[in-house]
Amino acid sequence: MFGKGFAPLSILTAVAVAAAAAMVFFYAPLDADQGFIQKIFYVHVPMAIVGLLGFVAGGIFGFQHLRSGDRAHDLRSYVAIHLSIVLAVGVLATGAIWAKASWGHWWVWSEPMLTSYLIIFLLYCCYQPLRFSIEDPDRQARAASVFAVTAGVFVPVNFMAVRAVESVTHPRVLSTAGSGMPAEMAVTFLVSLVAMALLFATLWKLELSGKQAAIELRRLRARLELDAERSEPLADARPAPGAAAVPAGQ
Amino acid sequence: MSDRSALTVEAPGAGGVGASEPAIAIEALERRYGERLALSDVSLTLERGLTLGVLGSNGAGKSTLLRVLATLLRPHAGSVRVLGAALPAEADSVRARVGFLGHEPLLYRELSARENLRFQARLHGVAAARVGELLAAIGLERRASDPVRELSRGMAQRIGAARAVLHDPELLLLDEPRSGLDPAAWERLEPLIGRSSGRTRVLVTHDVEAALAECDAVLGLRAGRVEYLGPPDGERLRALFRA
Amino acid sequence: MTRAALAILGKDLRIELRTRESVPAMALFSVTVFVLFHYGLDRDSLDGAIAAGVLWVTLLLATVLGVSRLFVTEREQGGLDGLLLAPIDRTAVWVAKAAALLLYLLLLEVVAVPAFAVLLLGTDLLAVLPELVAVLVAADVGLAAVGALVAALAVETRARDLIVPLLLLPLVVPVIIAAAAATEPLLAPAQRPDELGRWLLFLGLYDVVFILVSVAVFDFLLED
Repeated sequence: MFGKGFAPLSILTAVAVAAAAAMVFFYAPLDADQGFIQKIFYVHVPMAIVGLLGFVAGGIFGFQHLRSGDRAHDLRSYVAIHLSIVLAVGVLATGAIWAKASWGHWWVWSEPMLTSYLIIFLLYCCYQPLRFSIEDPDRQARAASVFAVTAGVFVPVNFMAVRAVESVTHPRVLSTAGSGMPAEMAVTFLVSLVAMALLFATLWKLELSGKQAAIELRRLRARLELDAERSEPLADARPAPGAAAVPAGQ
Repeated sequence: MSDRSALTVEAPGAGGVGASEPAIAIEALERRYGERLALSDVSLTLERGLTLGVLGSNGAGKSTLLRVLATLLRPHAGSVRVLGAALPAEADSVRARVGFLGHEPLLYRELSARENLRFQARLHGVAAARVGELLAAIGLERRASDPVRELSRGMAQRIGAARAVLHDPELLLLDEPRSGLDPAAWERLEPLIGRSSGRTRVLVTHDVEAALAECDAVLGLRAGRVEYLGPPDGERLRALFRA
Repeated sequence: MTRAALAILGKDLRIELRTRESVPAMALFSVTVFVLFHYGLDRDSLDGAIAAGVLWVTLLLATVLGVSRLFVTEREQGGLDGLLLAPIDRTAVWVAKAAALLLYLLLLEVVAVPAFAVLLLGTDLLAVLPELVAVLVAADVGLAAVGALVAALAVETRARDLIVPLLLLPLVVPVIIAAAAATEPLLAPAQRPDELGRWLLFLGLYDVVFILVSVAVFDFLLED
């Protein structure tokens, strides 16, 4: 019912999430500077990475929809973007908590990932209002796909711009990753990343099949109504002999 | 159970002079609006040089059909061939040979009649001299330099008609062309977009009498489906489409 | 396609010349915003980062006005149909609209930048004029490309005047990042073009990327 491979995928996801949680709490070392709260990094950064990939994937699906006209691609794009917006909220929330705990402010402008996400979030907040403000479903899907492609291209461009301009005054754990993150942290981070990616994929599949079912239901309902309409006798039609071919309601 | 030969509308004795392909060949056309069917299982063939009237109440799908033929909407299912070209694949080649006159004259109100027509001429690659000819034909040379917003609706409609035939199209698609026109104005337009223009025409109208008078064949639509297709049979059509 | 794009551009410029709505409104708006900034910041003269910021935020907000009006002549009376019925490459519409917007922005800046220099700027504008013009042009091209795309997106929506600013402004954040960073040293007392080349390169990259994106997707926006 949920498409092939859903059961094994969800089991794998559950295992990965459990493993990641275990590693975060019991395996990864405590950070000397920041203490326990640093562990939020294992949620914050994977969310950010998976979210970015999700937005780009939404753009790719959108492009496929434009090229083929197949609304299935538009649905995939919508779900990917929808989930990534949720992740974006998570990124901003965990980022704020982390900033407050580490540096005493709820917001810092010096973290390129965080500020990029604020901008991206503001942009994608327009996605659903844009969709719902266009009534014709085909046009709506097309406009949404154009948005998805444009915004999907924008995400990396924006990230580069923000990085280029923010002076890195605070130690960012991501940069220390390259310059000597202890092995335990690196492994835990990787497992967390994989778990987040799997979680995204599972939720994506779940929401997708839910929406497909709803669409199928609507379609069947519409067909039922149409059949009911058609079987009502037309008011004035009296088939006259020898008239030109009139396709009777078949 | 569409009997295709009965749906083909031909002029008696017209042995297909020159063009062998019909002007319009539609088969099982479907056009959705969301989940609703705006057009469903529409089939017809129209030979060149003839006028097809399209009747039906509001929402029957008349304007939708016209817009599909004009390449403004793509078919969702079925096949549509206009002047030998398949839609939507060859829509580009069709646009140069089809003229469309809808409810709105599609003019820029701040520009004059002449400027509007000149703009269209540039888009279509038509010589500027033709603009002058058409302005004379529709009787608006004296007001050709006034902005369209200063002209009456009837005048705007006349300019719209000129715009529709500017590029000498083989097929004319007309949506209630007489609305807003007094008989004198219509007389001027008749040689351009009326029967005597000799062009193949599809004419959408509410008016059963006009359809009977002007058309070689009539298509009647109800809720997106073909309810009648054939010669102008006054008795049947009045019964079906009496307002 | 060039013929069609030029024809559409000519038509739009002719109408703008006659109605004189978009460019004067953008210019007036900019000067008003400068006044607002004066009172909001309670400063008589600005330089460096603040000056660059005020200038660019104002120009971006004025751009929103221009973008909102880009398809106004087509929206009236289903004029877009007139373009769609013509045997033209539909990308020509994007080219024409983006070119028109670029022109409006340049005209806007001819008024707004001197006004800024007179009302708020503490340093000498003329000394850095060539460099400033380079930044303005590089940024304007990107704004025009994205603006034309957003304008077309918004043509069909009900909440047009809301969608345009909300969609356009985040998309042009990279432009303001680069343009303000490039302008800041120009407007500082020392007036040295620090790293100008780097930021111009970035703006150029942004321009190219979004021109390509627009050209790739615009056709699909207009078809039905």
